[in-house]
Amino acid sequence: MSLGALLKVALRALAVNKLRSALTMLGIIIGVAAVIVMVAVGAGAQARVEEQIRALGSNLLLILSGARTQSGVRLGVGSNYTLSEDDAIAISREIPDALAAPALRGGAQVIWGNANWATQIYGTTPEYLDVRQWPLAAGRSFEPLEMTGAGKVCLVGQTVVRQLFGNTDPVGQLIRIKRVPFTVVGVLENKGQSMMGTDQDDIVVLPIATARSRVLGTANLAKQRAVSTIWVKVADGADTKVVEEQVRQLLRQRHRLQAGAEDDFSLRNLAEVMAAQEASSRVLALLLAAVASVSLVVGGIGIMNIMLVSVTERTREIGLRMALGARTRDILGQFLVEAVTLSLIGGLAGVALGAGAALGIAQIAGWRIALSPVAVVLAVAFAFAIGVFFGYYPARKAARLNPVEALRFE
Amino acid sequence: MTDPLIRTRDLVKVYRVGDNDIHALAGVSVDIARGESLAVMGPSGSGKSTFMNLLGCLDRPSSGEYLLGGQRVSELAGDALAATRNRNIGFVFQNFNLLARTSALENVELPLVYAGVAAQDRRARALEMLARVGLAARAGHLPQQLSGGQQQRVAIARALVTRPVMLLADEPTGALDSRTSLEIMALFQELNRQGITLLVVTHEADVARFARRVLRFLDGKVIADQANAAPADAQRLLEIEAAAAA
Repeated sequence: MSLGALLKVALRALAVNKLRSALTMLGIIIGVAAVIVMVAVGAGAQARVEEQIRALGSNLLLILSGARTQSGVRLGVGSNYTLSEDDAIAISREIPDALAAPALRGGAQVIWGNANWATQIYGTTPEYLDVRQWPLAAGRSFEPLEMTGAGKVCLVGQTVVRQLFGNTDPVGQLIRIKRVPFTVVGVLENKGQSMMGTDQDDIVVLPIATARSRVLGTANLAKQRAVSTIWVKVADGADTKVVEEQVRQLLRQRHRLQAGAEDDFSLRNLAEVMAAQEASSRVLALLLAAVASVSLVVGGIGIMNIMLVSVTERTREIGLRMALGARTRDILGQFLVEAVTLSLIGGLAGVALGAGAALGIAQIAGWRIALSPVAVVLAVAFAFAIGVFFGYYPARKAARLNPVEALRFE
Repeated sequence: MTDPLIRTRDLVKVYRVGDNDIHALAGVSVDIARGESLAVMGPSGSGKSTFMNLLGCLDRPSSGEYLLGGQRVSELAGDALAATRNRNIGFVFQNFNLLARTSALENVELPLVYAGVAAQDRRARALEMLARVGLAARAGHLPQQLSGGQQQRVAIARALVTRPVMLLADEPTGALDSRTSLEIMALFQELNRQGITLLVVTHEADVARFARRVLRFLDGKVIADQANAAPADAQRLLEIEAAAAA
């Protein structure tokens, strides 16, 4: 029998019990829809993580000052200023694929007119903006003279602009930090939340020398030109791992560490952290899809169940077809096509339902979703495979009937 | 003398029910020539149905041999048997066995579908057969829209559509009233005159009187094989009835 003829027979048989066919399909519809929604939500979450990686700036290394040991008590990372501005300069100079920006971090109350706001103070160099890929929205960056001469200038983040200045243009305004007046020379672009959820725009950036001497530092720090962190951007196309190792070796050499000694700094590869996060979100997406496919399998069992009932109900018809010359593969094909028709129609309806539900979720819950054509094709193919798998046993049962007994069946 | 159409030698069929072997057929040897019209009679359990199932290639004998047109079909199995049924044998059943929700035409086409005949050819041949049984005008009707007699005619058209050498009818008039039965028997006799070999299983002597030969079964054996020199003519009976009514 040709496929077209089989399909016609199958559709007619399914039309006989419309409600039963629809309920059987419902299992597959829900299964496919669940897979599509879950994959869309999972892929959406993954896309969000990838976007955060791009926002942070990929290929970033973060060097933190090491731990200090005081009378046998080991304090945490950053408790000792083991890094200096000269380390950053050396990294930029010695390693061609690296651009380093030293940074001192602290907090302070910022005052403009009668408004005030507690924010993060970042003492760094103009390279910091390159390293973080953080352009200016207005104004200019620091000039070399302001860097060397501890100029009283600053850049402000968007949150600070909103909290302090409202609608006034901040460029050229005078703000006070710890009673020291600073001129705002530039405004940073919106950067958004960091991966950890902190507001990266809540920041005031000062020249590092100014920050050390006027706002954050002590005399001791000033002497060592110490910094708390060094950001390093790895050039595009360069292997982050290789540069990481070069930076490590350079710092160990500069800090005169013995071969067996521990690092007196902590080097973090942010791209790796991000990759780990991305991997975990991918695992999550896979897990969601796996859970959803369980419901597809349950739908398949429903098909098998109804096909077994159908074979029993139509035993006489099978006997008759055999008497008229139907071969084993004709009967097998007939019931297999019927099962696959059920699962395929269910699969297509499930795609429609799933896509609709995913878009609905995006609208109502405001989640990021990503409808993937691959998932749609896979879900339909999976539904097809389920039809074949769960339809085979009932179809084989039908094809193996003894024609004499089938014809006599009441 | 030419070979007979059907030749069986010591045909035995044993069913196993629980621990007991039931000899449904205990050694049957029969020759049937082309163009014969044969009634197979006997009470239930006499083995006549088993015999017909074997002749119809629906079942295989436990032992013995069965030659159909010189071919040893008792050795065939599965799809080869299916092909033999499709080509050589037309079945007519007591309860018609038409597919519901399927037009008369499509019912008649069904054997041709399994024979692999192209759709257009199939349709033409099915229409021709429906015309031959007098139902050309009902080709598009569903079985439930047809009377019992009409349904059996559709079933006969279906049995004939692959141009088989023999027609196996199992109680073909069992579900019909006496007048319709006569009409069906008249159709069978007409087809037989045109050359088809006819085997009718029945337990009614009324039906058997139309055959030219009668096989009687009891306990799995043929107990009588009689020629009927003067079979009744169903068409003549119908005409007499019509005259009496007028």
